[in-house]
Amino acid sequence: MIIDTTEVQTINSFSTSGFFKEVYGLIWIIPILTLILEITIGVLVLVWLEREISAAIQQRIGPEYAGPLGILQAIADGTKLLLKEDLLPSRGDIRLFSVGPSIAVISVLLSYLVIPFGYRLVLADLGIGVFLWIAISSIAPIGLLMSGYGSNNKYSFSGGLRAAAQSISYEIPLTLCVLSISLRLEIGRNDQVVLPYDSDLDSSTVDIVEAQSKYGFWGWNLWRQPIGFLVFLISSLAECERLPFDLPEAEEELVAGYQTEYSGIKYALFYLASYLNLLVSSLFVTVLYLGGWNFSIPYIPIPELFRINQMAGIFGMTIDIFITLAKAYLFLFISITTRWTLPRMRIDQLLNLGWKFLLPISLGNLLLTTSSQLVSL
Amino acid sequence: MFLLHEYDIFWAFLIISSLVPILAFWISGVLAPVREGPEKLSSYESGIEPMGDAWLQFRIRYYMFALVFVVFDVETVFLYPWAMSFDVLGVSVFIEAFIFVLILIGGSVYAWRKGALEWS
Repeated sequence: MIIDTTEVQTINSFSTSGFFKEVYGLIWIIPILTLILEITIGVLVLVWLEREISAAIQQRIGPEYAGPLGILQAIADGTKLLLKEDLLPSRGDIRLFSVGPSIAVISVLLSYLVIPFGYRLVLADLGIGVFLWIAISSIAPIGLLMSGYGSNNKYSFSGGLRAAAQSISYEIPLTLCVLSISLRLEIGRNDQVVLPYDSDLDSSTVDIVEAQSKYGFWGWNLWRQPIGFLVFLISSLAECERLPFDLPEAEEELVAGYQTEYSGIKYALFYLASYLNLLVSSLFVTVLYLGGWNFSIPYIPIPELFRINQMAGIFGMTIDIFITLAKAYLFLFISITTRWTLPRMRIDQLLNLGWKFLLPISLGNLLLTTSSQLVSL
Repeated sequence: MFLLHEYDIFWAFLIISSLVPILAFWISGVLAPVREGPEKLSSYESGIEPMGDAWLQFRIRYYMFALVFVVFDVETVFLYPWAMSFDVLGVSVFIEAFIFVLILIGGSVYAWRKGALEWS
């Protein structure tokens, strides 16, 4: 996933020439496969972490038999689910039944495209950046509806509709918070050097992180947009269908909601999609609000430490990745402890929170941000 | 023709990530046992025989939520370019965008008061 600029330029020059594209096209596979490997390891760590933290909160010991400290538990679970019989509901729509979890997984996996782990460590520094995540994560409710409908089960259908209603309700506050961040928060861009590919309509994730790099700890978007941070936190937890918003898979009410009729690997795909979604949400919280890969600890009198990630080469990149992951896992810890601490919300409370509380607040946040920008212009 | 080369890696990633579920289904199809039985194929209804048809009558409230979502999503799409070029546009554009948002807030208040956002 480490894309050097010279390599990118080489690839770009080859693609515009079009001649060597077939031969050198395979270079692109390496960053993609590296990212998929990283995502897989991230999900395995996350599953283990969730079980350990939930065990600690409930004062019991977590997994301890599968590998040392139970770190192979997720692999063991995945293998078990792979070997389970794949039940298909009779008279259900088999194609929709199979495509549903696939869409849920694919739409979440595609969002990893725009997450920067370092200044040049992003798979695709697109101009639209964060909005790619928002656009693609909007495809996930289609997968939920397909699974609910294709299961030929009243409870699955109802659960799928509820899950889709929850997903779409929390997308608007999410989008408005991201929009508030993507506002060009820098005044006086006229005297900056305009780079060749610089465009005013740039909302790439790398730029968002760079805009937070000026004042160290106090440059985080967290301080510039505190309301937006809270709204984003709640909306992303609701999008991931984590407690306190996990009514679609409430254990007592609808059995497992839209996942009732699933067994084996399709169930594992839903499980995977849920954790992938959580990981990508926490990475986006890091990128958007917590300053991305910038090393920022306040009140350390050694100024050398702030420039530690301008060091070139592998060491700087490793530090960048480490910092991004540390911040992301901080948010993951918060969301896991939230899951095991708070009770679940009812569907009407959930939708009221989304439409009647978060939507006006996020709209007000956007207007407040723009009007304060206007005052300072 | 779609010739933006910066999206090439998106298509490659899409193809590779769609191989993930395909590979999963294939491996499961090879390795998982299949033992059919009439009980297994019936749908789950807390242990009792399923009563009635599987497809419920569609409740209108799902449609209302989806409708309000579409309205606000289109509003957000219109707000994207305004927010992106916010610093080069002036105060007058801000006032126009504010009026636009106010009209939509009016619509949302109407939907709220009429009970479109109620889960009843």
